[in-house]
Amino acid sequence: MKWPSSRRSRAAEPVSNPVARLVLGPIDAAALAAEVARPDRGGVVSFVGLVRDHHGGRTVIRLEYSAYAPMAEAELARIVSEAGERWPAIVAAEHRLGSLAIGDAAVAVVAAAAHRGDAFEACRHVIEQIKARVPIWKREYYADGSVAWVDPTAAAGAAPAAAGQGRSR
Amino acid sequence: MSLAAPATVTLHVLLFARYAELLGQDTLTVTLPAPATVGDLIARVRAEPGGTGLPARVLAAVNLVQASDATPLAEADEVALLPPLAGG
Repeated sequence: MKWPSSRRSRAAEPVSNPVARLVLGPIDAAALAAEVARPDRGGVVSFVGLVRDHHGGRTVIRLEYSAYAPMAEAELARIVSEAGERWPAIVAAEHRLGSLAIGDAAVAVVAAAAHRGDAFEACRHVIEQIKARVPIWKREYYADGSVAWVDPTAAAGAAPAAAGQGRSR
Repeated sequence: MSLAAPATVTLHVLLFARYAELLGQDTLTVTLPAPATVGDLIARVRAEPGGTGLPARVLAAVNLVQASDATPLAEADEVALLPPLAGG
């Protein structure tokens, strides 16, 4: 399996090539934003999802992301491309895999457009589609020593997290 | 004289996350009578040791694209059974 490095050269990325990557190392959201910045794009919206220290009333100490990597990368690219067709915006997205600590960036989406409205909408759309469509799984490790696969579709367990609208994730 | 369709299809099945834990493995090779669908495959995987723990509805992808239970399967297809997605 090969995952593109988040550290590769960013200078020559053609606009037609969707920036959509799975990475194994830290996500640099500012560098991602620099990839889509252009003089004619006056609005840049970034969303960064961080590892939260709690879920469903339990204290989370770390987590692990795993993926069906070939499909996850293809789906991520499809989502970014679709957003570029639906809005006059360029979007870049990265999702990290492997073991993450509290506060680490797990996912970053950056949308750049001539004006802020399109950038906000495209960014929001892409993060929601990532959550709904990209085959990535999250294993949470809790302070009490227990471990669980996160199931966002489970009614009871996910409820406390779902109530947290407006938080980082 | 007739072009006989193959009597079976053999699929490469990938299991992830909780499903891999339930079944105790992350790949399976499954041979089904042709014609076969994703639904047929899931029914067969349920019969494997640990397979009864699969939920009533299982998300699947065929050759990297999300599929439905009715999606037909061809020889050597890669079928991934996907637990509830939790990215982001």
